[in-house]
Amino acid sequence: MSQRFFIPRDTTAVAVGANEVANTLAAVLSEQVSEATIVRNGSRGAFWLEPLMEIETQGERVGFGPLFPEDVADIVALSPADRTEHPKYLGKLEEHPWFAGQQRLTFARSGLDDPLCLDAYLSRHGFDGLEHALHLPPEDIVDEVTRSGLRGRGGAAFPAGIKWNTVLQAAGDEKYIACNADEGDSGTFADRLLMESDPYMLIEGMTIAGLAVGAQQGYIYLRSEYPHAWEVMHTAIAKAEAAGYLGEGICDSDRQFHLELRLGAGSYICGEETAMLESLEGRRGVVRAKPPLPAIEGLFGKPTVVNNVLTLAAIPTIMAGGAEAYAALGQGRSLGTITLQLAGNIKNGGLVEVPYGATLRAILDQFGGGTRSGRPIRAIQVGGPLGAYLPEPLWDTPLDYEAFAAAGGMLGHGGVVVFDDTVDMAQQARFAMAFCAEESCGKCTPCRVGSVRGTEVMDRIIARESLDENMALLDDLCETMELGSLCAMGGLTPNPVRSALQYFPEDFA
Amino acid sequence: MLQYYEPEKDYGTPPVQSSEMVSANIDGVSIEVPAGTSIMRAAALVGIKVPKLCATDSIDAFGSCRICLVEIEGRRGYPASCTTPVEEGMQVQTQTPKLAKIRNGVMELYISDHPLDCLTCPTNGDCELQDTAGEVGLREVRYGFEGENHLAAEKDESNPYFTFDPSKCIVCSRCVRACEETQGTFALTIEGRGFDSKVSAGGVDFLNSECVSCGACVDACPTATLTENSIIEHGKPEHTVLTTCAYCGVGCGFRAELKGEQVVRMTPWKEGKANEGHACVKGRFAFGYATHPDRITSPMIRDSIDEPWRKVSWDQAVNFAAQRFRKIQQEYGRNSIGAISSSRCTNEEVYLIQKLVRAGFGNNNVDTCARVCHSPTGFGLKTTLGESAGTQTFASVAKTDVAIVMGANPTEAHPVFASRLKRRLREGAKLIVIDPRKIELVSSPHIRADYHLPVNPGANVALLNALAHVIVTENLHDAEFIDQRCESEAFSEWQAFIADDSQSPESLEQATGVDPQALREAARLYASAPNGAIYYGLGVTEHSQGSTAVMGIANLAMLTGNLGREGVGVNPMRGQNNVQGSCDMGSFPHELPGYRHLSDAATRALFEAEWQVDLDPEPGMRIPNMFDAAVDGQFRGLYCQGEDVAQSDPNTHHIEAALGALDCLVVQDIFLNETAKFAHVFLPGASFLEKDGTFINAERRISSVRKVMSPLSGKADWEATMAFANALGCDMNYQHPSEIMDEIAKLTPTFHGVSYSLLDELGSIQWPCNELAPEGTPTMHVDEFVRGKGYFAVTEFVPTEERANKRFPLLLTTGRILSQYNVGAQTRRTENSTWHEEDLLEIHSHDAQERGINEGDWVGIQSRVGTTVLHAHISDRVKPGVIYTTFHHPVSGANVVTTDNSDWATNCPEYKVTAVQVSKVNEPSAWQARQQKFDRRQHQLLKQATEDA
Repeated sequence: MSQRFFIPRDTTAVAVGANEVANTLAAVLSEQVSEATIVRNGSRGAFWLEPLMEIETQGERVGFGPLFPEDVADIVALSPADRTEHPKYLGKLEEHPWFAGQQRLTFARSGLDDPLCLDAYLSRHGFDGLEHALHLPPEDIVDEVTRSGLRGRGGAAFPAGIKWNTVLQAAGDEKYIACNADEGDSGTFADRLLMESDPYMLIEGMTIAGLAVGAQQGYIYLRSEYPHAWEVMHTAIAKAEAAGYLGEGICDSDRQFHLELRLGAGSYICGEETAMLESLEGRRGVVRAKPPLPAIEGLFGKPTVVNNVLTLAAIPTIMAGGAEAYAALGQGRSLGTITLQLAGNIKNGGLVEVPYGATLRAILDQFGGGTRSGRPIRAIQVGGPLGAYLPEPLWDTPLDYEAFAAAGGMLGHGGVVVFDDTVDMAQQARFAMAFCAEESCGKCTPCRVGSVRGTEVMDRIIARESLDENMALLDDLCETMELGSLCAMGGLTPNPVRSALQYFPEDFA
Repeated sequence: MLQYYEPEKDYGTPPVQSSEMVSANIDGVSIEVPAGTSIMRAAALVGIKVPKLCATDSIDAFGSCRICLVEIEGRRGYPASCTTPVEEGMQVQTQTPKLAKIRNGVMELYISDHPLDCLTCPTNGDCELQDTAGEVGLREVRYGFEGENHLAAEKDESNPYFTFDPSKCIVCSRCVRACEETQGTFALTIEGRGFDSKVSAGGVDFLNSECVSCGACVDACPTATLTENSIIEHGKPEHTVLTTCAYCGVGCGFRAELKGEQVVRMTPWKEGKANEGHACVKGRFAFGYATHPDRITSPMIRDSIDEPWRKVSWDQAVNFAAQRFRKIQQEYGRNSIGAISSSRCTNEEVYLIQKLVRAGFGNNNVDTCARVCHSPTGFGLKTTLGESAGTQTFASVAKTDVAIVMGANPTEAHPVFASRLKRRLREGAKLIVIDPRKIELVSSPHIRADYHLPVNPGANVALLNALAHVIVTENLHDAEFIDQRCESEAFSEWQAFIADDSQSPESLEQATGVDPQALREAARLYASAPNGAIYYGLGVTEHSQGSTAVMGIANLAMLTGNLGREGVGVNPMRGQNNVQGSCDMGSFPHELPGYRHLSDAATRALFEAEWQVDLDPEPGMRIPNMFDAAVDGQFRGLYCQGEDVAQSDPNTHHIEAALGALDCLVVQDIFLNETAKFAHVFLPGASFLEKDGTFINAERRISSVRKVMSPLSGKADWEATMAFANALGCDMNYQHPSEIMDEIAKLTPTFHGVSYSLLDELGSIQWPCNELAPEGTPTMHVDEFVRGKGYFAVTEFVPTEERANKRFPLLLTTGRILSQYNVGAQTRRTENSTWHEEDLLEIHSHDAQERGINEGDWVGIQSRVGTTVLHAHISDRVKPGVIYTTFHHPVSGANVVTTDNSDWATNCPEYKVTAVQVSKVNEPSAWQARQQKFDRRQHQLLKQATEDA
C-alpha cells in the first residue's frame, strides 16, 4: 500500500516544529516495509493546526494536527479505518470547517504540493493564465485586469488595471515590473505564505504583467527577514527559466520576461513603493516625492508597475477564469477575495481568504475561536501598525475598502491583530509613535521629528503630566503628521493614536 | 554692480525647458509657465514667495521639509509646491488658515531640535530657517527642549575653509544633493534613518573624505550647519561687487561679498553664464593670497641681484627702469629689449603692454605666456577654421551626445566645467578619454568612460590620424557637410593621405600604444553621435606636434559635421583666466590685436594713426628667442608682467642663465616670485580684487573684473604700465580701463561692439561682438567658417626627437592638481596647500619595483638636460613606461628636466614628453640645493630692503 505523507516546510510550520515531526516520520517510515514518501509541501495557512501532517492513501488525503514528534509513530501505525478515532484527526482538510468556510482563489493551491514541483503546479491549472495571455494583445490583458476590479493588495487599494494602463501607455521601450514583497506589517504573512507555498503563481502573475505593459524585466523586492521565501523563490525562478516559462521565448513564443530576486536590508519603509524603488536601485531606502508616479518614472526612471505579491498573484486566476468570474465575488468597489491574516491574541490564527463583504465579527466568529488567552476581545487593529484600533461596535463593519474608510479604519494588507481586555490603549498609542520613530526613513520632518516628539508627548500623557496641554499638543501633532507627511508612514501614524483616544478614552484619563 | 548685500533670489526649483506653456492662477494672480514648472517656481516668478526650506533653485525638488505645502482646488490634501508641477487651469492657494497651521506645526518640530542661539550664530540675519520661522509666525515650541535632540553633536572643523556644525542641521539634504547634482562628486550622504539621519562625509571627517571642497554644499545650506570660516570670523557682509575669478580659463562669475574693503566671502554668481552659480575650491575659497603678508606693496630697485633691494617711489622705480632700458637700446640697438605680458592680467593691461612695446620700445618683442600653453590652438584653429578660439559656450555640453576629452583633466584643472560635463554624462552622454593617464573621468562615482585610449606621450597626432582613418575608410563621415562647408581640393588631398593604410589604427599601434579595436570602436562612437564635441587641453598643445594635433582635432570635427551648432565643436580648455584675452589683445610678436598680422599695412596704418607712431612691420622675438638672445648677449632688457618664467618655462638651467645675463629685468608681480629673484626693478602688482578690467575665458566670453579694494601698492597694473610707458616717453593717459577697452573696440573688428556699459547690461559678452552680432556670438562658424571654407590640413605624424631609449627609458609627462594653481604663487599662500603640500612623482608599480622604489622614497629624475628629485607615489593611474608629476612648487624643479624641444609652428614647449631615467636617491638634487640657497639669499635681500630717501 503506497502512501504519501505531507509535512509543510514553510516558515511558520517549521517554527512550531514541522522539521522535528518530519524527521521523526522519516525514522518511523524507515522501519516499515510498505512504500511511503514524504512530501514537504507548503502550508495551507491554518497555522493553529501546525505542525500539520497529511496522509494520502489511495487518493484520499486526511490530516492530523497540531502534532508533536511523539504523536507520529502512533498515527503511522493506525490503519486507515482507525485514524478517525485519533484525537488529532482532522479529516479531509477541504471539508474542515476552517477551510470549507473560505473561498480560496489566490491560495487555492497553497499547501497542496511541494511548492517547487512544476508538474504539480501544471496539474492544478498552473500557467493557464499565462498561456491565455500569450494569445492576447497587451491592451486586452490590461482590459481584463481592469474589468476584474482588482485593486492593489498592498494597502493602498489602487485599481491595478488603471495602473497597468498608465504603464502601457507611457512612452519608452524600457519598462519594469516591480513586485513588492517587503511584507512588514505586524501580524501579516500572506505574501510569505504565497511565495513559500505557491511561488510559480507569483512568477506567472508577473510574467503576465510584463506581457501586458511591455516590460521585459521584473524584480521581486523581498524582505531579508524571509530566508525561506528567498530560497523557494530563488529555486522556483531558476526552474521556471529552465522550463521555458521565464527568460527568452516564453512558452515557445517570441516574448521574453526576465525575473530577478532582490533582497531588502531590514527596513519597514522599503515597503513604501518609492522607497522600495530607491532601494532596488541600490540607494538608501528613502521615500520619493510624487509626482512623478512610478508608473511614469519608476525604477531607474522608467515606467514601472509596482504591485504587491497578492495583487500579482491574483492575475493568473483572473486571466484563466476571466474577469467576470473574479468580479462576481465581493461587493461595491471591493471585488474578488480578501486575504485576512488572523494574528495577535487569537486562538485559531492563520490565513483566511474570503470574498469582500463579510463583517469582521463574522470572520472572527467563524474562524478566530476567541482569544488565545481566553479573555474577551477588547480591540482589533486591522491593516497593520498604521491601522485603527477598532472597538466592539465597529466589528460589524463589512470588509470593504470604502466601508472601512468610512468607519475611520483601513483594510490595508489584511492584517488582523486581536487584543484582549488587558491591553493598555495609551501604551498602544505610544507604540504607534515609537514604531514610526523606529521605522521612519527620516526624509520628511513631520515623520522624522514628529514621531519622536509624539513618543515623548505620549510618555507625558501616560505619566499624566499637564494632561490637557499635552492632549492638545498631541492632537495638533497628529494633524501636522497626517496632513504634512510626505508618505503614508507619517501620514497614517495618527490613525492608531486617534482611534485609541477616541474609542478608549478611559485609558487616557 | 555694487549693491547692498542680500542673498540672490531663489526660485526654489530649477527652470524647465518646454515649448508647451500652461496657465494657472496662484493666489488670484494669473501665471503662464513652461509645462513642468513647479508651483513654487511659478509663484516666485510673479513675486509670490511660498515658504520653503529644502528647495533651492540649483537642485531638483526634493519635497522633504513640508513647509511649502499649498492647496489646489479640486485636489485632495496639501501637495508640496516644489514637487507639484503647474497644470493647465490650476487654482492654487499658498496662504490659508489650514496651511498656516500645518507650517506652524512643522516649524515647531524643527525648532524643537535646534539651538536657540540665533543672536550669536554666524549666520544670524542670513539664515533661511530663521527667515522661515518668521514667515510662518512661530511663537512657541510646546514640546520644550528636554526631548531627544542633536544639540550636542560635535563640530567638524577639519576643512580649512568651512565648518560643519551638525547641531544646527535640519536634514534637508540640500548639501548632499548639491554635492551630487551641482558638483557631481557624491562625497556626502545621509547616514542612519529616522531621527538618527545625519549628514555624513562618507563616515570620515570632511578633510579625509572624497570632498573636493567646491563649497556647493556650503552654498546650499539654509542654516549655519555648513558655514564659511570667513563668515564665522567676520560676520555677514554688507555689500557685494560682481567680478570674475582670476584662476582658470573657465572664468566663473563671482559676487565678492565685502565688509568695507575686506572680502569676507566669494560666492559664485548665479547669473554668471560660465558657471551658473557653481565654483571650485580655488575660486570660492583661495582668495586669501591677496592680503598675504608676502605681498610686496612698494616698488623696489637694485643695481645687481646680489644687492639688497631699495624701496622707492613709483616715479623713482619707473624712471630707474626707463633709463636702463633706453641705455640698453642706445648701446645694443632697438631690438635688445622686450616684454612678456601675462594671461593673468586683464585685457586692458595686456593691451597696454603690447602697445608699450610696439609704440614705446619701437620693436615687436612682445610675447605672452600663451606661448607656452595654447599658442598651437591659435595657430591650428586659425589655419583650419579661421579663428583662434574655441567654438562653443560651456552650456553647449548639455546637448552633447558623445564627448571626447583629450589631453585635458577637467576635474582637476577646469572643475566647474567638469561638473557640467559630469552632469551630462550622468544623463547618458558617452565619453571617450584620450590620455596617457587614468584621469578621474575614466572612472569615478557615477562616471565611467566608454573608452579610455591611453595614448603614448608624444603620439597624439598618430592617434588622431587613426581615428580619422577609421571614420573615412568606414564611410562614417558627413559628406554633405564637407561638400558644403569645406575646401574640396584640400579635403581630397587629405582624404588620400588619411585613407592610406599607413594611417590605420593597426599600422599606428606601435606608435600610439592603443588597442586598435578599442580605437576603432571609439571612432565609430564619435562619428555616429548626433552631437559630438571635443574638449582638449595642454596634453594636446604642449608637444613638438602640438599645432598638428590641434589641426587633427579640427579635421575630426569637420569630418563628422560637428561644428556650427550647440552640443558640438572644438573646445580648447584654456589654462589661465585670460589666455584667450591675452592672445586676442595682440600679445604675440607677429600679430596686432584681433590676430591681424603685422605685415598687413592697412591694419598697421590703423594703429599708427591711433598711436601716432610708425610701427615696425617685422615680427619680434618669441619668448624662447628672447632667452636665447639673452644668453648670446644681444637681448639685455626685459619687462616681465605677472609671469614666473623661471619656474614655468622649460629647461630651467637655460632660463636661469638667460635671466642672469640681463642688464635690466623689470618684474611686475604681487609676490617675489622665482623670476623676481633675478630682477633689478620690482613693480608691485595688483591682484584681481584691486582693479577694474576684463578677462576672456575659454568660451571667448568677456567678463568684467571689478575693483573691490584699493590696490595695496597704490597702483593697478594698468597704471603701473602707464607710468613705465610715460617714463619712457611713450605717452599714455587713460583715466579708467574702460577707455582702454574703447580703444581696443575701435581698432579691433571682433570687439567693435564691446564697451563697459554693454558688459554691465549683458553681464558678459562672447566675441565676436560687432555690428553683425551686437550681443556677441555664443556659437561660432554657424553658417560658414570664419575663413570661408573649412580647411583640412594634412597631419603627417612625425615622432618627437624626445624618445625613450636605453639610457632614458621612461617618458615623463606633467599636469595639474585641483587645489593648486600653476606655479602656485597664489594657492601656495592659501590653505589649499592642506591638500597638496608637495609635488610627487607618480610611477607605476612595475617601474617602481624594477628600480627598488617604494612609496615615499626620494627618487632622482634625470633627463638629457637636468636632474631633480621628488618623493615617489606608486599608482596605476599611469601605465608602465610613463611617469607623471605636477609643477606647483618651485623646489620640485619639474622644468629642470624638461627640454628645449618645442612645437614646430609656435615654439610651444614640449612639456608633456621628456625621456628620463629614475632611480632611488637619498637627498634632493644639486640644483634643488642651489635653488634653496639662492631662494634663502634672495629673501634675505628682500628683508634687508631699505627705504630710499
